[in-house]
Amino acid sequence: MSATSADAPPPKAPPAAARPAAPPGSRRRGVELSLTVAAVLVSVYGYAEVGLATSGAVPRDAAGYGAGLALLAVLAHLAVRARAPYADPLLLPIAVLLNGFGLVLIYRLDLEPALGPRAAPTQLVWSTLGITLFVLVVLALDDHRMLARYSYLGATGALALMAAPIFFPAVNGAKIWIRAAGFSIQPGEFAKVLLAVFFAAYLSANRAALAYTGRQVFGLRRLQLPTGRVLGPVLAIWLLSVGLLVLERDLGTSLLYFGLFVVLLYVATGRTGWVAVGLLLSAAGAVAVGSLEPHVHSRVEDWLHPFASVDAGLGPGQLAQSLFAFGNGAVLGTGLGQGHSALIGFATKSDFILATAGEELGLAGLCALLALYALLVARGMRAGLALRDPFGRLLAVGLATILALQVFVITGGVTDLIPLTGMAMPFLAQGGSSVVTNWIIVALLIRVSDSARRPLPDLPEGAP
Amino acid sequence: MIRCIRRCAALSLVLLLALAANAVRVMVVDAGSYARDPANRRIAIARYEHPRGGILVGGRSVTGSQDTGGQLAYARTYRDGPLYAPVTGFASQTYGTSLLEGTEDGLLSGTSSQLASVPLWNEITRDRQRPGDVHTTIDAAAQKAAYDGLDGRRGAVAAVDPATGRILALVSSPSYDPALLAGTGPAVTAQWQRLNDDPAQPMLDRAIRQTYPPGSAFKVVTAAAALETGAVTDLLAPTDSPDPYRLPGTTWSLTNEGRGCADASVYDAFRVSCNTVFAKLGADVGLTAMARQAEAFGFNDSGLRVPTVVAKSNFDTKMSPDQVALSSIGQFDTTATPLQMAMVAAAVGNGGELMTPYLVDRVTNHGGAVVSHTGPARLHRALGESTAEQLQQLMEAVVADGTGTNAAIPGAVVGGKTGTAQHGVGNKGTPYAWFISYAKPPGASRAAVAVAVVVEDAEAARADISGGGIAAPIARAVMRSVLAAPPRPYN
Repeated sequence: MSATSADAPPPKAPPAAARPAAPPGSRRRGVELSLTVAAVLVSVYGYAEVGLATSGAVPRDAAGYGAGLALLAVLAHLAVRARAPYADPLLLPIAVLLNGFGLVLIYRLDLEPALGPRAAPTQLVWSTLGITLFVLVVLALDDHRMLARYSYLGATGALALMAAPIFFPAVNGAKIWIRAAGFSIQPGEFAKVLLAVFFAAYLSANRAALAYTGRQVFGLRRLQLPTGRVLGPVLAIWLLSVGLLVLERDLGTSLLYFGLFVVLLYVATGRTGWVAVGLLLSAAGAVAVGSLEPHVHSRVEDWLHPFASVDAGLGPGQLAQSLFAFGNGAVLGTGLGQGHSALIGFATKSDFILATAGEELGLAGLCALLALYALLVARGMRAGLALRDPFGRLLAVGLATILALQVFVITGGVTDLIPLTGMAMPFLAQGGSSVVTNWIIVALLIRVSDSARRPLPDLPEGAP
Repeated sequence: MIRCIRRCAALSLVLLLALAANAVRVMVVDAGSYARDPANRRIAIARYEHPRGGILVGGRSVTGSQDTGGQLAYARTYRDGPLYAPVTGFASQTYGTSLLEGTEDGLLSGTSSQLASVPLWNEITRDRQRPGDVHTTIDAAAQKAAYDGLDGRRGAVAAVDPATGRILALVSSPSYDPALLAGTGPAVTAQWQRLNDDPAQPMLDRAIRQTYPPGSAFKVVTAAAALETGAVTDLLAPTDSPDPYRLPGTTWSLTNEGRGCADASVYDAFRVSCNTVFAKLGADVGLTAMARQAEAFGFNDSGLRVPTVVAKSNFDTKMSPDQVALSSIGQFDTTATPLQMAMVAAAVGNGGELMTPYLVDRVTNHGGAVVSHTGPARLHRALGESTAEQLQQLMEAVVADGTGTNAAIPGAVVGGKTGTAQHGVGNKGTPYAWFISYAKPPGASRAAVAVAVVVEDAEAARADISGGGIAAPIARAVMRSVLAAPPRPYN
């Protein structure tokens, strides 16, 4: 809440006298450390609670688990303290809490033999890798603006990553995995970050052309449509999304890419027309694919009639089971380890992980989780507001939007608000690629928030 | 750009609120309907999460629960399943419940609000209530004696305590082991199929769910009607009855198996079971009085619950005189459950007072505290006191010197009535051998036990004596086991 000056950033850098160097206390690293420790303690408590509820004893490795998580969290904190001392102090604790609690949920679901082999140890390995990458990014990246230089390289990499799974067999109807040597990777997850960087770089470089050229509709500047020349990249992205959808049958990710692009386009140009074009295109794409592509079509049918399979005498489908789980949670939940979300079956630990949280922690716990995500998103947006360079702003907003869209799409999907699309709940869901990517997103947010909150150096008199 | 970022943040907030509102819909508004949806397996999981409460006989549980290790954790087990199946019924994870397992399900599974010690507390803690135990009125020794007496033959036994209405024995044979149906899976399905396909109908609770023509055992009711209406005043006076007796308004004549029935006194006619005398008595008393007397004993009552549903015993209320005559000897449309006939004997043995039969003495919660208790309750006064005494003379004569001598117990006063009912087209069906009786302990004026036994037996000769030959020894064994037990303290 310290960014009052950032709420109304001036068009030009203010006089240096107005921005004295922040006192040491405003770095808030102590707050970050204590909140991070609290996040670790909450996770360890959850871990112990699962054991107590299911077998009457605290799991033997609770201390080891807690020590490992605490070590990783403290290392991450030290990296932030050393290289991003002005970063937002809430980002790291929230990420640690969500990741730690995700491990608790996966550990709890590992107790259900019907859900297949244990996943928590692997998830812990991925989390370790994620935090390691977080530390590396924080240590290695001095200034986020360096990223803009490599944006086209990043975009090429993103395309390659997104296209790679086409050459691998489909898993459960979607071609989004690469399986090799016992590991499965979703390259589309990593592509998100690269795309966000590319979009931010492209739009910050071309925003003037996009905003001020083109013809007006009904003479309204607000509804000004872009010219064909700059419309090209937009259409390319749209085609890419739809192409992904058709080739990989991954509605969620294509929605995410396209939503991210529309949001950044709007932020960069301030043109509502872009939003209108984006919404029209996405609506057309969604309707076409939803009615033509059987895999997506069935998801839409499930959304409209989640209990159709019950009425048909086939028993409840996954979405119905998910709703039963949420309903059983009611306001206070059954308590960790006391629910039956395992009835959902396949993907209980990944796409449907929120159903376990809803059933066992209730509406109260679910809202607490959503509040954590909201805080993360809000802090990203706030960094975007406070930053002074367009690339940084767009990057911060883009990263926050990735998180917001993911949370909305998957939460809305498993609670029957919108058609269900496979997508990982950030940090909570089982899935290595997702956890690693989210840690990188948080590392970048740390970096941009550090820039946003860093007091301006004293400028020499007469400088521009 | 600033304004646009703010709008994006606002949009994110709107999305968050949409998620929260939708979560309230799913988790609060619709949660109740999800919880009641039969497709929601949580209902079954919660139901079998804990061991089921016990059904107790003589303070000892005849049921148990076993952890299957499956999703539905606890499955029912039964000690002496076939013996107590007509009492307990089954509790199956696949096929639901029957009999006491069904009527007491809320208590046995722990859902009943009767078990809640502190109102609303369980709602908050979400702890499931511990199930209660159902204590039956069954007398283990009587139950065993009846089961061993039937020895696998098709038939049933019902025994009650005339003074209280406590049901002491309910046996149906052939029986089945309800444990076979407890769990889930193909083995259970196969057993269910086999039991349902079995022509011997092992899952039929004959003691309370099957009605049989009572045959001559119904003469107790006819005699009661004749005495109550004053049609007969002197048991020893000869009746004006021909042998054979031509049914009123027909050309069909009724005969007797035995001799000496022409103009026989009611005493002798009852002792040797003359059809002619009682058919004529019933016709003379008339439909209205006969029906009233039958209903005073509990016939035509489809509402009897013990608490399991007891099938309605029937005495027609619209008949021609010849049909009344036939009905009065327990033929035509007259049918009765074994429990109904035990109630007839009990009312006579209890001085005319008919007590409501009941099977559940009390229900205790997990801590052993009584949450509900059934006390003796009068159902009807079936007979006047003096009529009851006269009927006792008749029934005791049957055992002392008539068709029921096989039921005599040295030292005790036993009254009974035999019956053999023909049935089926042209009376070609397997005859039913009946015996209904009561027994008074030495020195007592009221009966301590009343029994009805029915045996569907192809071996039974078409003689009235068969009721005494086949059914009476079973009744005696049951009565002896009750009389031999020390007096039961009432609670």
